[in-house]
Amino acid sequence: MKMLNKAIALLIVFCFPLLASAQDAEMADTMRSNGKIYVVVAIALVILIGLIGYLIFIDKKVSGLEKRIAKKD
Amino acid sequence: MKKSWWKILSVVLLIYTVVGGFLIPVPRLDIVNETIRALYFHVPMWFAMVFMFIASTYFAIQYLRKPNNLHDIYSNAFATIGIVLGILGIVTGMIWANYTWGSPWHGDPKQNGAAIALLVYFAYFILRGSVNNQEQRARLSAAYNVFAFAAMIPLIFIIPRMMSSMHPGNGGNPGFNTYDLDSKMRLVFYPAVIGWGLLGTWIATLLIRIELVKEKIEFIEDENAK
Repeated sequence: MKMLNKAIALLIVFCFPLLASAQDAEMADTMRSNGKIYVVVAIALVILIGLIGYLIFIDKKVSGLEKRIAKKD
Repeated sequence: MKKSWWKILSVVLLIYTVVGGFLIPVPRLDIVNETIRALYFHVPMWFAMVFMFIASTYFAIQYLRKPNNLHDIYSNAFATIGIVLGILGIVTGMIWANYTWGSPWHGDPKQNGAAIALLVYFAYFILRGSVNNQEQRARLSAAYNVFAFAAMIPLIFIIPRMMSSMHPGNGGNPGFNTYDLDSKMRLVFYPAVIGWGLLGTWIATLLIRIELVKEKIEFIEDENAK
């Protein structure tokens, strides 16, 4: 049984490059197309969303302080 | 986070700006090439800065009409975020100039005018920092704020148009709107301006709220000390 598994595994491993070259497989290539501009979009979005998330965090912190002070009054 | 529909709007517009700004087709021009997309990010900084300075001057005038500490806090907060946007505008402009004009600082009337305008506003904060009396500080800085705004408008918007300038839209140069035949760039540019204007307002409200919390704490501490 073990031998058979190994044989199948080897078969798959050796056939894989052949399969890949045989058909020009389209595999989620959006991020690799167009001179990889989508990667830059992703990076800029991460920075923008990260900063906005931080802004929301600060906003909530200030709201918390305001509530604490309102209680003291 | 009460009444936050406009905060959400600003986030949505800015995300749209980044995605659309990189991906929507733009006019093909020599030298400028893809850097024409910087229009979506560099120019809105200045628009948002001017919005912030308009708000700051408005509250400065309000203070001069009726001395209320709240107006001073508002005026200061809007000037603070305005200068941050202005610095981002001048730095992004220098990067853009380096690759299209050949050097980061070209001594172009638009660049010099913008730099002087920023220095005029830096002086606003130096003035605030150098007066200890709160009422005096508010009154002096409100008067100076009106002067700074009156100096900023000709420095950035009028003088560069009267002299020979390389900056698009100045000194006889056509702006990018001339090449934007199908108005596709406006579809990204205007949302960007609104988005950054709203984000600046959001940050200004945070600065104001922090200042108000600080004042309340000082008031409570004074009460306790009595």
